Amino acid sequence: MAPDYAIETRGLTRRFGKFTAVDGVDLNIPRAQIYGFLGPNGAGKSTTIRMLCGLLEPSSGEVAVLGYRVPEQAEALRRKLGYMTQSFSLYTDLTVRENLEFMAEVFTLSKSQCASRIHDAEQRYFLGELMEQRAGTLSGGQKQRLGLAAATLHAPEMLFLDEPTSAVDPQSRRDFWDRLFDLAAEGTTILVSTHLMDEAERCHGLAIISRGKLVAEGSPQSLMQGIDALVLEIESEDPRRCAALLNQQPYVKSVTQIGTRLHALLDKRTQGGLKQVQGLLKGMGPGCQVRETPANLEDVFVSATGRSNGAQHAA
Amino acid sequence: MLLDPLRRTRAIAVKEVRQLLRDRLTFAMIVGLPLLQVILFGYAINTDVRHLRAAVADLAGTQLSRSVVSEAQASQVVDIVAVAHSAPELEALLRDGQVSVGLYFPPDFDRRAATGAEPAAQLMVDGSDPTLLGVAQGIARMPLATRYVPARGTPAALFEIRDFYNPERRSAVDIVPALIGVILTLTMVLFTAVAIVRERERGNLELLITTPVSTIELMAGKIGPYIVIGLIQVSIVLLLGWLLFSVPVEGSLAALYLAALLFIASSLGLGLLISTLAKTQFQAMQLTVFTFLPSILLSGFMFPFDGMPRFAQWIGELLPLTHFVRLTRGVLLRGAALDGMWVDVWPLLVFFAVTMVLAVLKFHKRLD
Repeated sequence: MAPDYAIETRGLTRRFGKFTAVDGVDLNIPRAQIYGFLGPNGAGKSTTIRMLCGLLEPSSGEVAVLGYRVPEQAEALRRKLGYMTQSFSLYTDLTVRENLEFMAEVFTLSKSQCASRIHDAEQRYFLGELMEQRAGTLSGGQKQRLGLAAATLHAPEMLFLDEPTSAVDPQSRRDFWDRLFDLAAEGTTILVSTHLMDEAERCHGLAIISRGKLVAEGSPQSLMQGIDALVLEIESEDPRRCAALLNQQPYVKSVTQIGTRLHALLDKRTQGGLKQVQGLLKGMGPGCQVRETPANLEDVFVSATGRSNGAQHAA
Repeated sequence: MLLDPLRRTRAIAVKEVRQLLRDRLTFAMIVGLPLLQVILFGYAINTDVRHLRAAVADLAGTQLSRSVVSEAQASQVVDIVAVAHSAPELEALLRDGQVSVGLYFPPDFDRRAATGAEPAAQLMVDGSDPTLLGVAQGIARMPLATRYVPARGTPAALFEIRDFYNPERRSAVDIVPALIGVILTLTMVLFTAVAIVRERERGNLELLITTPVSTIELMAGKIGPYIVIGLIQVSIVLLLGWLLFSVPVEGSLAALYLAALLFIASSLGLGLLISTLAKTQFQAMQLTVFTFLPSILLSGFMFPFDGMPRFAQWIGELLPLTHFVRLTRGVLLRGAALDGMWVDVWPLLVFFAVTMVLAVLKFHKRLD
């Protein structure tokens, strides 16, 4: 396997009894990038990350992380890995400082490294005033900053983040991502799982995972440009009725309502899709406008996973 | 680095101590449990039966029979609360539960005592209470045998019972040394049984196993602080036993602490093993109770070990508490040295080694 990839997998599969949580996933993740796993809950994102960290043994398939085979060489890899779990997993009855000191000791940083790294983390993650506070008393955003500070204290080459910002307000989420871009710029490869579109859009590379399978991969831009559907935006006074009408058409893959507007995904092979829809909605009054629009990430997601109310009707 | 494993072990231990000091309930248990147990067991459990309610039917009415009655009363073992005039009347008192002991002197008591050919008097005992039966049987032999039979020089069934190590027959003296083991079993096994399960339940383990901390470092760091806590508990029990019940320390304190160290280690080993088997803290507690009961019942703490059936004795020999109870009684009451009690030392070492190896093997640094 080529060493220029931080992560490579071939046919990565994990079964729990009869249920296949991860099904033949192939990944090539370049170094020093933020790579996102986008998928609904239960799609197999966490299971994949746990296999990549060596926490779970794959049922079949091959994994190499930073050139180490996992799980065989997982122990040697641990020093170079940072892992931030979905739920807060530091000690709530220890203070912020004690938690950081604990992680520094566990990764056996030297005395001087220990002091300087904790000092850096204090500055970088705005923990200054919180240092003597028990971790259990922190807010969601503060816990997230502490979690990232602890996971990066030993300057890992590879950082795994499992839905890091699901319990965090938008401002904290933006700050959090600024820190991630800093880390990536310093050469850290970051793998982040999310079900939030605005987060996914920030990633350098993205894998859309649905029911354990990798259904689309690429940069957010290329995914949006290469969408396998015609995207129409419909403005109407009665979007519910329009949606009901559209959902009856066999060439409509899905309809999503965004406020008073609708996004309809049409089968690309539909001849004159725009005209057809305009004709269909003629009776909806003069306020009804139909136009072609560039796809957003949610359209890509819906198109790739086939998951939305509209998609079920169309299917 | 050679010292890295030590640093990681120390990091775990320091963390564990910090958590312990902040968990008031656990901390209260460390000090409160020995205190409560010593006082409860020391005062409440009393196998030394005194003041049994008794009735007398003295059909002889001689000087000899009267002196035996007053002797029995003076011993405080029996309190004469009723006087009967015939054997059936005495039996009725026993049957109705008004008395638990009946003293019957037949009319020819003096002659019987003088010849010693047949029992001189009868001691009727309420056998429905087994401890009472045993105790009363012991009493029955003593005063008549030692005092009156030798006067005629007949050596028939002569028993002089001398209690060597607890001459006043105080239960606390027997119980407190064994209590050290009982308290350690309860707290040490429970604390460590919960220790790893708690990290799993709170999600800490998911993070911990992605760090370089090895299984052995994790286990060693976890049990280190509890060894110290165990020794503190030993000191509390010893001090209380000495202050409240004048429990002696005949042997060397060093020997006692060494024995305690071995026992603490084997209890912690068992706790860790439970911790790797249980999925929740609740399960860990159930498993702890499951191991605690046989320890209490079969170790010789509550019931005499020699009186147990063979099968129960085998199980008892497998329990660390059995050996530790023997060691503490030996060191504290008989002044024994550990090298003389090797047969009870090596089982503790083996138990510790086996449980630790099993715990380390059973614990995977994985989630599945």
